[in-house]
Amino acid sequence: MKFIFALARKNLIKKPYRTLAMILLAALAAFTVFAGSIVVLSLNNGLKSYGERLGADVMVVPSEARTSGSFDDILLQGITGNYYITEAQLNRALSGVEGIEKVSTQFYLASVTASCCSSKLQIIGFDPETDFTVQPWIRERYSESLGDGDIIVGADITLNSSMTLQFYNVKCKIVARLDKTGTGLDTAVYTTIETIRQMAENAVILEHLTEGYDVSTSVSAAMIKVADGFDAQSVAGKINGRKGVKATTAQSYVSGVASGLNNVAGAIGAMVAVVWLLAAALIVVSFVMVCNERMKEFAVLRAMGASSSMNAKLLLTEIFAVTAIGAVTGVIFSAIVTFPLTSLIKSALSLPYLLPSFWAIALTVLGAIAATLVAGAVSALFAVARLNRSDAGLMLREDA
Amino acid sequence: MPLKAENISKTFIRNGKNTNSFYAVEETDLLLENGTVTAVVGRSGSGKTTLLNMLSGLLTPTSGKVFYDGEDVYSFDDDVRSKLRNKSVGVIPQGQTGLKSLTVYENVLLPAEMYGSVSEEIKERADELLKAVGIGSLKDEYPNELSGGELRRMAIARALVNKPSFVLADEPTGDLDDENTLAVLKLLRSVADQGAAVLIVTHEKDTLTFADKVYKMDAGKLSEVKKEE
Repeated sequence: MKFIFALARKNLIKKPYRTLAMILLAALAAFTVFAGSIVVLSLNNGLKSYGERLGADVMVVPSEARTSGSFDDILLQGITGNYYITEAQLNRALSGVEGIEKVSTQFYLASVTASCCSSKLQIIGFDPETDFTVQPWIRERYSESLGDGDIIVGADITLNSSMTLQFYNVKCKIVARLDKTGTGLDTAVYTTIETIRQMAENAVILEHLTEGYDVSTSVSAAMIKVADGFDAQSVAGKINGRKGVKATTAQSYVSGVASGLNNVAGAIGAMVAVVWLLAAALIVVSFVMVCNERMKEFAVLRAMGASSSMNAKLLLTEIFAVTAIGAVTGVIFSAIVTFPLTSLIKSALSLPYLLPSFWAIALTVLGAIAATLVAGAVSALFAVARLNRSDAGLMLREDA
Repeated sequence: MPLKAENISKTFIRNGKNTNSFYAVEETDLLLENGTVTAVVGRSGSGKTTLLNMLSGLLTPTSGKVFYDGEDVYSFDDDVRSKLRNKSVGVIPQGQTGLKSLTVYENVLLPAEMYGSVSEEIKERADELLKAVGIGSLKDEYPNELSGGELRRMAIARALVNKPSFVLADEPTGDLDDENTLAVLKLLRSVADQGAAVLIVTHEKDTLTFADKVYKMDAGKLSEVKKEE
């Protein structure tokens, strides 16, 4: 094998353009498979995280929320929004609706710029007494109760050494940072409804929030848990029959997003498959062409005493080396392009996008390399079959 | 110990409008004795190269057997037969056969490297052979920097590096000028004088003066020619 490795190395080095072209083809296949897989995995991961974070069966927002900074903008894109309804109006809208087991209100407030971030943040205030949607996953990071002025920040918010942030003259202490979700919630700040109302009152004074809202009695949304035996869709339907509010089921959010995600993932998957097939076909054709071109060279080796299997091993070694180098190069370039562009991809797709775990990425790396090596192996099979069909004696003829 | 062919023949299938087969080499016997140079002459397409390829273990005969030192070459599998060819046979193929990724010196050492490490003795022998064929100064060049004649001489040195018992040369002087033709034929003669059995397939008459036996190949039929003819 030492002889074969040495000869394969010299063959590859001495034909740099041919070798480089092969490496680039393999790299293209690996690049596409890795980048495509990471995007599809991130979308699936984002959807899973999105579904887990919703927590409620039905979400109720003021009718105006559909046009100004709507609920899914906040959840998905991190687009900030301020919309309010009085608790009295909300209670009227929900009163008498059968099937509501729990209700918890939330208060949303868009920040002006903060030191941590280049853009506005969505501040979400929840009622610790009634909340059943935010606290269960906040507890993964912070198990104590939130005090006055305490905030928990999303994963994309930069922490400073003082661990404080100030919103509308309210100095807040960061007590925890949440895991990444791949949704707009990564740029959100969570606090109690009391703290956020202090901010909102200052916002009115500072003329960042339109006068007319009585922030002490207003809320932005109600999260509803539907009682066993009731259908969320029918509960939402009943609420939608009331004035001033709009109800949506979590299922419809998730399925709407899932449907969009399936379309995007399907398109990306198809693109990956097409590019991989094209690259694989090009690799196969190129190697078979190279093999044809080198028939006499292999025949000369046979004349000197190389067996058919030795020639096949030489060819396989060269193909394996080229596809392996190409695969690793492709994955490295793919990672260099894909990871830094995460936020760009996320905003372009307008879907929950959460990078998979380290181990899932490691498996994807191995998968992309394996997929490229498979293309190389297929081409090797064709090339070796071509080699074995050839007759060394005939190939050695001067006119061959 | 000689190289012996018994009743070997080769038939090829011609794939045309009317599929049929034809004899490239008709049934023939041949004995290449150690210490002798045997020449096979004949026109292009007469079957000389096919005969040489069968003798070298590269082309399985349609019928008959080939023996190296009494061993039936084609009774072995390809791995064993190839190793035997590497050890016992020096093949000088037609045309330009330099491996382009290797230097002249590396090309010459290649048969020795195939199944083991290269000893200092082999390296010295490679140097001597390159000098003997007149391309000692070109050892570090690559084949694409050599002329056709220089490449032929490189192939000759390469075929002899393992000190083979049998040397099978297909038009070894094809691209050479008179001076180099003479040098190569003298070298092959000296290899035979040192105990090898040498077969030269050629259409050049110069070769005949160095041959102990001469055969003529005509349309696949091999017949011995008296040297006076």
